[in-house]
This record gives sequence, structure tokens and C-alpha cells, in this order.
Amino acid sequence: MSAVELSDAEARIGGNVIWQHVSVTVERGQFVAVLGPNGAGKSTLIRAILGVQPLSAGSAVVLGRRPGDANDRIGYLPQRRSFDETTRVRGLDLVRLGLDGSRWGLPLPGARSRASARRVAEVIALVGATAYARKPIGELSGGEQQRLLIAQALVRRPQLLLLDEPLDSLDLSNQAGVAELVGRICREEDVAVLLVAHDVNPIIASLDGVIYFAGGTAVEGPPQSVISSEILTALYGVPIEVLQASDGRLVVVGQPEAPFVHGERHGHVHV
Amino acid sequence: MGTFTCSVFTGLSWNPVDDVRALLSYPFMVHALEAGTAVAVMAGVIGWFMVLRRQTFAGHTLSVTAFTGASAAGLAGVPVTVGYFGVCGLGALALAAASGPRRSLSSESAATGSVGALALALGFLFVSLYHGILNGLDSLLFGTFLGITSGQAATLVAVAVASVVVVGAASRPLFFASVDPDVAEARGVPVRLLGLSFLLVLGLSVAETSQITGALLVFALLVTPAATAQQITARPLAGVALSVAIALVVTWVGLALAYFSIYPVGFYVTTVSFALYALTRLLRALT
Repeated sequence: MSAVELSDAEARIGGNVIWQHVSVTVERGQFVAVLGPNGAGKSTLIRAILGVQPLSAGSAVVLGRRPGDANDRIGYLPQRRSFDETTRVRGLDLVRLGLDGSRWGLPLPGARSRASARRVAEVIALVGATAYARKPIGELSGGEQQRLLIAQALVRRPQLLLLDEPLDSLDLSNQAGVAELVGRICREEDVAVLLVAHDVNPIIASLDGVIYFAGGTAVEGPPQSVISSEILTALYGVPIEVLQASDGRLVVVGQPEAPFVHGERHGHVHV
Repeated sequence: MGTFTCSVFTGLSWNPVDDVRALLSYPFMVHALEAGTAVAVMAGVIGWFMVLRRQTFAGHTLSVTAFTGASAAGLAGVPVTVGYFGVCGLGALALAAASGPRRSLSSESAATGSVGALALALGFLFVSLYHGILNGLDSLLFGTFLGITSGQAATLVAVAVASVVVVGAASRPLFFASVDPDVAEARGVPVRLLGLSFLLVLGLSVAETSQITGALLVFALLVTPAATAQQITARPLAGVALSVAIALVVTWVGLALAYFSIYPVGFYVTTVSFALYALTRLLRALT
């Protein structure tokens, strides 16, 4: 069973096509980056997998079910989302909400409550946040907050992790640290990870594949073959050059900065 | 209240047992304490969530509609409690409708301000139309503990118990939706429905609190104890408990001080509440 399988999928927001002819497959234990310029529909893909954004054409299977029906097995970290210093909520409580925040009724002490507390402590240790989990989250740095939010997404032992720009607004060393953490979790916990990113370079070493959104559609494949001059030129419809630095980092030259105007397009690119 | 009511009371004897006994010897004072206790518990709980959700402006606007409700009830000749609860409920629905589908703080505050201005103007109109309003304009705005009937106290207790039970049963989803709405929604928490329901409970809570502190001093019980508690602890259960405890102390001390002096209860409740808040901020700044 694949974690995510989209075939010939199309998404529209307010009648405008965001992307179409998108066919992607993500397997268990794979670490896949979702790339592309702003407005290309990366977050729309995440919302479609969660079932929050219905597809206007094509089909999607998520963990063997329809999108939205398997959300209790998905860990989701939305794009955002930092807490300012007036947020008087402990990181610990935020992680705990990921475990039983959707449960009704009074939170009574007992065996279940103790088991929950143990699981929360365990997952906080897994992301290396034990030292600061009892502080109000608003007083923590961006990297520390992000680790706790990843713990929140992981606390129910999901089979699929959807991380929407978790590296955004982190400095370089924190980007590397969080990327290393996600790669480790993906291998050790056998979780499929879809990570939306602006820049592929901090994570490229641990990636199994990329999904690149541009020009109203998307291409999927191994990082080195998708992020290439031919594929990106075909995808964007304008000349693009991919350069490789001596340390293996990729630089995309000629990438249009402004989002595409999405109309009816039929540029279906195969890899 | 004035010199007449003051002359009824025995003065402060500085013997706590005698003073409490004197306090409890008048039925109206017992009703006031019953009502005040129910109001404090409800305001402590609901206020904690309101501060967490950063909806104090919505709370303020609802307190203005509480004034509208009370004055409308006076004009229409229906019990004032009906006016408070009815119009605050309507106000909550108006705020929910005005704030639109997405929880955007900027559009919410503009719409909320507009609703509040209209409510205040209507309240003033109703007071002008009906001059003989029972407790007078100043007690509608700034509170009184005189003339709380046993029926009114029973209503306040019933609404407080029901609201606290409902919020308690929804506490985790409400907490989740308040601090982390996107993830909560993805996990199947009905974020919008909870937001609407919370506004309604907040409306009820404001309607309750107004009947002790007056419409304009609702914050003394609804915001200040909760804000003080959140300064002291970030733990959710401890925070709610502390918020309730502070609201109770503030209410009891405020009622007792008002009983033994000639100054209005709203002033004492607000001053005690603010003093605790200021002290907490000061201690936090020093440590």
C-alpha cells in the first residue's frame, strides 16, 4: 500500500485551476520534498491529501483510503506558524493536544492519562526537546518551536507526515538540524514524509524523491533527474538552467519569480 | 446605593466572625454572595479561554450589548435577566456572523467595533425612552449588588453550572482549536462550530457578570483574573483553577467591602482585581 497515490489529479480554487494532470506516488518510509515557486500549489497538494481541498478531477488514495478518511494516521504540520511571546502555552501541552486534543469530555487522571503523558515525554525526547518542553512555547526560538511542532505531528505514530515549510524562517544551522531530524525519523519510524520546501539544498542528501510544482502541473522523480535543466525548462515553459556547485548544492537559474497565471494548460511532463 | 442603604448596615467591627455573620444576616446579601460566587466561577473559566483566544475585544463588545439588553428589558417591561441573556446571545450571533468564515483578527476587530458602537447607541436610546429604569443608568453600567432576588440568583447559578459543564466537556477540543486551529481542523475538531459556540457561552458569561459588576466593569472578573493566572502559570488546568480562585476572592472581597462602605461594588471588584494583576506583573518583572 502506497502512502499517497494521486492519478491525473486536478485542483481548483474559486474556479481557477491550480494544477492538473498531477500523478504522484509516495511509498512508506520515503522522504519526498515538494518544491516549486510561490503560488504553484504546493500547500494545495498537502490540503488535497488531507481531504480539506477536494480534487476537481482525477483520483487520490491516501493510506489506502479516500483523502480525509485516514487523517488519524497522518501527522500534519501546517505552514505558519510561530507563537509569539504572549502565547502562554507550554510546548508539552501543545504536543499533548496532538495526542488527545480532539477527545471530548473532562481530562481525568488515570491509566490512560499516564500512558498519554509517557508517550508525550517519549516523542519529545525523540526530537531532542526535553530541555525546554515545559517552557511557554512563545519564549522559545524558531528552531525549538519547530522541533516541538514536529513532535506534535509525530505523537500519534502516524504513517504519513505532511510538513508544510518546516524550514522556513529558520537560520541555516537550525535548517540543517531539523532536516537531519526529519530524515532520521523517516528511516527509524518508517514514516512517509512529504516536506514542502523553498530550497532543496538543506535536505537534498536525505531525499528519496522530489515533486516539483510549476506551470500548473507537477513532475515527480529522483532529485537529481527532476531538478535538471531539461525537466524544469519543460515544466516552466521558459529556459531554465540548473547548476551544481562543487559541494553538490543545486542552483536554479532563470526561475520566474512571480507565480504563474494558471489557465487551462496541457503541458503534461513525463519523467 | 447611598446614605439610606448605608445607615441600614452595622459598621465594620474588625472582628471577622462578627463581620461575616453581619454580612450573612441580610437575605439580599446572601443572594448577592450566591450570585457573585456563580458569576466568579463562570467568569474565571470562560475568561481564561477568552484571554487564550485573544477575544477580549469581542468580550468588551458583548459587555456593551449587555447594557443594551438591560435597558431594552426595562423599556419592554420584561425581567432584566431576560434582557441580559437574550441580547448578549444575539450579540454573540451578530459577532459570529460579522467575523466571517475565516478567523482573521483584523476583520474581526473592525466588525466587532461596529457592532459595539450600534449596541451602545441603542442602549442609550432605550434608557432615554424609559426614564424610570429600576436601578438607574449608573448601576447598569457600573454594577450593584442590591436587589438581586432569589430567583435571579438561582438563574445565575443554573446558567453558570451549565456553561462550566459544557466548556469542561469540550475543554480539550476548545483548547486545541484556540491555540492551534489549523492542526485541530485537520484532526477533525469542529473549529468553526466551537468558535461560534464559545462566542455564545462568552455572551452568557458577560450577561451573568454584568449583573454584578455592571456592563462596563465586566472585565474585572472576565479578563483580569484570567490574565493574572496566565502570568503566573502556563499549565492549562492550574491556570483555569487559579483564574477561578482569583475571581472568587475578588468577588467576595469586593462584595464585603461594598457592604461595609458607601462606595459601589464595581469599584471594589475592579480595584482588587487590578491590584492583583499589577502585583503579579511587578513580581514577574522583578524575578
